[in-house]
Amino acid sequence: MKVNTLLSISTLQALHIADGEREITSCYIGDLLSWVMGRAKADSAWITIMSNVNVLAVATLADTSAVILAEGVMPDDEFIAIAKAKGVNLFVSSLPAYESAIALSELLS
Amino acid sequence: MNDTLVFHFEVDGEDFTSAGQASVQIKKNLRQLGMSPEVIRRVSIAMYEGEINMVIHAGGGHATVTIEEGYIEIKLEDKGPGIKDIEMAMMEGYSTAPDNVRSLGFGAGMGLPNMKRYTDFMTIESEVGAGTTVTMRVNYA
Ligand SMILES: Nc1ncnc2c1ncn2[C@@H]1O[C@H](COP(=O)(O)OP(=O)(O)O)[C@@H](O)[C@H]1O
Ligand SMILES: [Mg+2]
Repeated sequence: MKVNTLLSISTLQALHIADGEREITSCYIGDLLSWVMGRAKADSAWITIMSNVNVLAVATLADTSAVILAEGVMPDDEFIAIAKAKGVNLFVSSLPAYESAIALSELLS
Repeated sequence: MNDTLVFHFEVDGEDFTSAGQASVQIKKNLRQLGMSPEVIRRVSIAMYEGEINMVIHAGGGHATVTIEEGYIEIKLEDKGPGIKDIEMAMMEGYSTAPDNVRSLGFGAGMGLPNMKRYTDFMTIESEVGAGTTVTMRVNYA
């Protein structure tokens, strides 16, 4: 599916879409950055509750298609500004990580 | 490629929010050179983990990336405290990172193992009290 497809999930709010046509091929849930870099596949949607700017460096370097902040975690303005500058597709989910992933999985399959 | 390309970066040991700038720049350079996404990703992650280690554990350092015929070499040099037991440091989950760093999502003790996983060659030279030099290579076709 494409990043734009996430817009059809009512519990997701887009904070920045840099490339809506980008493909999402899998999903990874995690908050420890080295685990994400070691285990998340390229082009996955990454669900996390971490919202410090290092998340955006990891998303960029590990080639994830989108960052989804779960549990309604709202990042600060600096985070959103850096997401824009780095071209990171950024969403907030009002649901916990597990339920967010279920919503995604229905569209992935 | 006939000429050897060399990139140098100073990695600031104070600033956590900008950590990763060298890796992000190298990613751009490799893309311009037409490297494959897989090679770029492996170099980016390995270098970022190394950069972060210099920030967290060594107060900063120097990164040198060299594009050789057939491989990319990443050399990370610092004058930090050094690593007493390299074998132990290489184990998944081993970390001496302080709590403030852990609260940012670092300090999982997976950095050095990731660097090893994503590269084709890696050596660590370290002297306690003097510093650490990590050298990694990623082959490309
Ligand atoms: N450049 C370095 N200088 C000093 N110690 C280091 C350096 N890099 C790694 N270490 C040591 O090795 C340990 C393991 O590193 P790593 O696998 O990256 O995990 P983490 O950074 O999450 O602690 C660190 O906790 C630290 O004790
Ligand atoms: Mg580390």
